[in-house]
Amino acid sequence: MDPYKKFTGIVAPLDRPNVDTDAIIPKQYLKSIKRTGFGPNLFDEWRYLDHGEPGQDHSKRRLNPAFVLNLPRYKGATVLLARDNFGCGSSREHAPWALVDYGFRAIIAPSYADIFYNNCFKNGLLPIVLDTAVVDGLFNAVAKTDGYTLTVDLGNQRVIAPAGKEMRFDIDTFRRHCLLEGLDDIGLTLQHVDEIRIYEKRRALQAPWLFTEL
Amino acid sequence: MAGQTLYDKLWDAHVVRRNEDGTCLLYIDRHLVHEVTSPQAFEGLRLAGRRPWRVSANLATPDHNVPTTDRAAGIVDPVSRLQVETLESNCREFGITEFGMDDPRQGIVHVIGPETGATLPGMTVVCGDSHTSTHGALGALAQGIGTSEVEHVLATQCLIQKKARNMLVSVDGEIGAGVTAKDIVLAIIGRIGTAGGTGYTIEFGGDAIRALSIEGRMTVCNMAIEAGARAGLIAVDDKTIEYARGRTYAPQGNQWQQAVATWRVLHSDADARFDHVVHVNARDVQPQVTWGTSPEMVVAVDGHVPDPQAEPDVVKRTSMQRALDYMALEPGTPIAAIRLDKVFIGSCTNSRIEDLRAAAAIARGHKVADTVRLAMVVPGSGLVKQQAELEGLDRIFLDAGFEWREPGCSMCLAMNADRLEPGERCASTSNRNFEGRQGQGGRTHLVSPAMAAAAAIAGHFVDVRTFGEAGKETARTASR
Repeated sequence: MDPYKKFTGIVAPLDRPNVDTDAIIPKQYLKSIKRTGFGPNLFDEWRYLDHGEPGQDHSKRRLNPAFVLNLPRYKGATVLLARDNFGCGSSREHAPWALVDYGFRAIIAPSYADIFYNNCFKNGLLPIVLDTAVVDGLFNAVAKTDGYTLTVDLGNQRVIAPAGKEMRFDIDTFRRHCLLEGLDDIGLTLQHVDEIRIYEKRRALQAPWLFTEL
Repeated sequence: MAGQTLYDKLWDAHVVRRNEDGTCLLYIDRHLVHEVTSPQAFEGLRLAGRRPWRVSANLATPDHNVPTTDRAAGIVDPVSRLQVETLESNCREFGITEFGMDDPRQGIVHVIGPETGATLPGMTVVCGDSHTSTHGALGALAQGIGTSEVEHVLATQCLIQKKARNMLVSVDGEIGAGVTAKDIVLAIIGRIGTAGGTGYTIEFGGDAIRALSIEGRMTVCNMAIEAGARAGLIAVDDKTIEYARGRTYAPQGNQWQQAVATWRVLHSDADARFDHVVHVNARDVQPQVTWGTSPEMVVAVDGHVPDPQAEPDVVKRTSMQRALDYMALEPGTPIAAIRLDKVFIGSCTNSRIEDLRAAAAIARGHKVADTVRLAMVVPGSGLVKQQAELEGLDRIFLDAGFEWREPGCSMCLAMNADRLEPGERCASTSNRNFEGRQGQGGRTHLVSPAMAAAAAIAGHFVDVRTFGEAGKETARTASR
């Protein structure tokens, strides 16, 4: 994974709570055995007027002109502004894959579903939590200003508005470190191979049935 | 020192290493694998030149993409077929046990784990599937993970995680006749909301939970994730131990005695401290029906579609209105006046033998309403199907006009050919009523198996408590 750098990007507002991962990427695209190529199908059922299937040329489909990501002013958005409980439902990592593939690098919302939140970090996508009142303010600012941008500074845990106003966010130290350094979880865990082996030996004595061959 | 919760005990027993900031390496005893969320993880292993850490910790089966009609014809959709074949070749390459599409033990991963004894009390269980919370019904710490974590577990047998907080949902007293585990969990979600359990592990307790069978407890834990909690738990008791006894992969002989002794302590201590406690009065729980596009949008069967205008919060009001528009429902409509096009009995929530018995008891001697285009019963596994056929349940369903299918996830999420067409309305025993979940434009109402069967026969929702003699009889047995 690439180290996560400070960036400034256009903000797209998705003003509805409880956006589930079925809405983020519908089931038919989960049949893919790859990690990439989900961008054209992000929010598929909201974004297009016709039904899509994997393998078709999505650039030829009928766009829903009312859906926020289809509005010209949000073209090239890299920050998604969202509401409570974003990413609820299915554990599909295809949801962050689709958001990243589309071009998003950060999400701002008052809260997230746990599994989705966790999956984001594995894919260089930063889920930022800000207070509901602050998020309300951002929705207003985005609505008022064409091409509204925010700067995301993970190193200093700040979201910075165009006029310079800084909004601090909390984030787990370990996760922040992994994102900033672009670290691979598996590589990190494998540094503790001996401890895993010792644990297994002890457990196999205490509870041998846990190690039965299937 | 305060006592420990069940979650504390399970967590502590599996910590391999704890970092200063509280991040832990948690050992995983059982990893269940299905075709949808694993291909990229196996590919990652291959690219890094890694092998599974402990092959025998893994058990795989295809469930999302498999057809529920004649298996001999194979999978028609080439994309689905490739995904199922990819699971097969990955399992072969890495030596992982797989119950393939033609294996009588194949089924929904959350049904086959407990029924084969591959998931047992006291285990940590993961799967690239949010409904892994199901296995918590056995007193196991079970949670859904993403594909990167699937790869991590394959490679290291561990998960990097911080401990969640403890929540207790206590369902006190005795549930009424005709009320089932599904109604209990829907009522809980209606009460605490779909984010109510976010950041928590929920332990379900109280008389009404203890009175449930293990199958019923699985239904409750299955939907913990619908309340936002990654894991749901229920304390081990005699029923849990009797359930595990004699299963294929359950310990035998001396090991069985040893295992039972360790399982007996898998309950929260009397003086354990929970970060949050919710009490639900079992007497207040009625048969539930969801009316909207989130599982928290739920009312009792004798209720009405709510009016968004009565909701003071603007974000909630807009979301209610949006749900009603999608569901094509008017505020104030009695739930019993909602007519159905399709009925789906199945999914990891409600496809176990007890669910099928409850539905069959209602369907017996009746006919599916003419206005219902399709009523289907999809058993959770090949073994459930065998058992149901042994009991003659298939005949009851077929005589009543239901279709009797092969096991799989089926129309819960419509990755195979079973789906709703745009605008179709379905009574479903599954777990999610999200927009498009059962097919683009499809409208889902979540209910219990008995309620789904009654709706199929009436053509609209009916209160199973007043649905003929069969309804009364089921009510008495299904609630146990």
